[in-house]
Amino acid sequence: MPSLSSDDVTRVARLARLGLSEAEAERALTDLSAILTLVDAMAGVETSGVEPLSNPLDATQVLRPDEVTEVDARTTLMANAPAQADGLFLVPRVVE
Amino acid sequence: MSDLNALSLVAQMDGLATGAFSATELVQAHLDAVDRHDALNAFITVTADLALDTAAQADAARVRGEASPLAGIPIAHKDLFCTEGVLTTCGSRMLENFVAPYDAEVVRRCQAAGFSMLGKLNLDEFAMGSSNENSAFGPVRNPWDRSRVPGGSSGGSAAAVAARLTPLATATDTGGSIRQPAAFTGTCGLKPTYGRVSRWGMVAYASSLDQGGLIARSAEDLAIGLAVIAGHDAKDSTSSREVVPNYRAALNSPCQGLRIGLPSAFFDARMSDAMRQALETVKQTLTALGAELIEVELPHLTHAIPAYYVIAPAEASSNLSRFDGVRFGHRVADPQDLTDLYTRSRGEGFGSEVKRRILIGTYALSEGYYDAYYKKAQQIRRLIKQDFLQAFTQCDLLLGPTTPGTAFAIGAKQDDPVAMYLEDIYTVATNLAGLPGGSFPAGLLDGLPVGYQLMAPHFAEARILQVAHHVQQVTAWHQLQPEGL
Repeated sequence: MPSLSSDDVTRVARLARLGLSEAEAERALTDLSAILTLVDAMAGVETSGVEPLSNPLDATQVLRPDEVTEVDARTTLMANAPAQADGLFLVPRVVE
Repeated sequence: MSDLNALSLVAQMDGLATGAFSATELVQAHLDAVDRHDALNAFITVTADLALDTAAQADAARVRGEASPLAGIPIAHKDLFCTEGVLTTCGSRMLENFVAPYDAEVVRRCQAAGFSMLGKLNLDEFAMGSSNENSAFGPVRNPWDRSRVPGGSSGGSAAAVAARLTPLATATDTGGSIRQPAAFTGTCGLKPTYGRVSRWGMVAYASSLDQGGLIARSAEDLAIGLAVIAGHDAKDSTSSREVVPNYRAALNSPCQGLRIGLPSAFFDARMSDAMRQALETVKQTLTALGAELIEVELPHLTHAIPAYYVIAPAEASSNLSRFDGVRFGHRVADPQDLTDLYTRSRGEGFGSEVKRRILIGTYALSEGYYDAYYKKAQQIRRLIKQDFLQAFTQCDLLLGPTTPGTAFAIGAKQDDPVAMYLEDIYTVATNLAGLPGGSFPAGLLDGLPVGYQLMAPHFAEARILQVAHHVQQVTAWHQLQPEGL
């Protein structure tokens, strides 16, 4: 694997919408490089033709009848909103 | 320490049934202990009034002859399980004011069984960590030596049970987060099969690995607790419909003729002499109980840590994208625009280990890297599962250590994430394969607890508990307790 650069850290932090201070970004470069060295050991394992395992029991998604079962809990759910008005979530202006 | 705290869960049930003490006395004794051992930092939230209310209800029901056997028995929940009307922080600044609008299914079942909830237990932030140092509410201290970690991420659960603050605690295990802290605190921890216990209302970390379970002071106490929380839940699409056996009745099945596999990869040159000696005593006990020990191979086990530290962070980066500062959780002051709102709210709300895993996971899933990381890890995951299934054609259970060593000092590994990840070397493989695993006390090394681990085929939790129970009938390791309680 190619080694990690500070541009990579910036790119990944932007993809994750994760704010990092300068010190954190510097530290992340060291830590992520060490972790990638650890996981790069996987490259040596022969896996051609092996089906990836995404559910440990190989279970598939279950279906249920498409019926409304939830009660209206708007007030309860809105109680945790950090910024709201008239029962709506507030966000910064998106359309000028 | 009051006598009531020292009693096992079974003995507490007996005492309530015979009227030797009331639920109110029992709960008060535990609340006093929680108060006395505040310095352990095991609890994030104590719900004393709620606990005493439910205890009073249990006492009244018992007078009428209507109480369930567990009515008024204390319990505490890892603060990753949602509790209606009570803070659920996940050990994170992000959720420091979050009051869940509903109960997790595990919490609901415990309540329905009559348990009195003492409060919510400390943990590594969003269950990411092996030391409980990654909590926004401060580290938990190990009751055996307060300068050491209790393990993680269920560090509060393990410390509370070890210090006799509660006979039973819920916990969760994504890569070892029940078993490793159980080993570090001399307690018994069970991670059930993937899908055995509902995850509805259990805040998600890595969804293909997460599983709820329990920490207690004996295999018998675990069997009683597991009977309450195991079973199908239509609200969790990964919940299994497999029949729940009678765990307590199965405890007394004989161990004669059981084949217990010793994976050579668990007993290799990396194992310390002291750990080898501790495991040797367990092996001798099992042989004396009539079990047959055989050597087995798990050829891909050495790749479990690399595969885990791709899969878990990848899934975490996806799960934690819900924290956006809009609907719940921490929100930055004066956001300039939507991106600024997301970026700074998440930057302020998450701690360093959570950020590290989000970054690694995002990297592994980003364009051009998916095949080399996530897909490769999932292929290795299948090879590891196949290794276990192959081993279980030769034996009924597997035995190994739970951890490489005993509890380490607070701060010792905090600057070295890779060293911390290697703590999970003996535990992550069962999560990758979805298997049940339990850690049980095997005595002390230099005054600190050490654990042994039993792993079983899917849905064979009863076999793990049965063997551990038999060991606990002929040894006293699980009854050892820290000084100064």
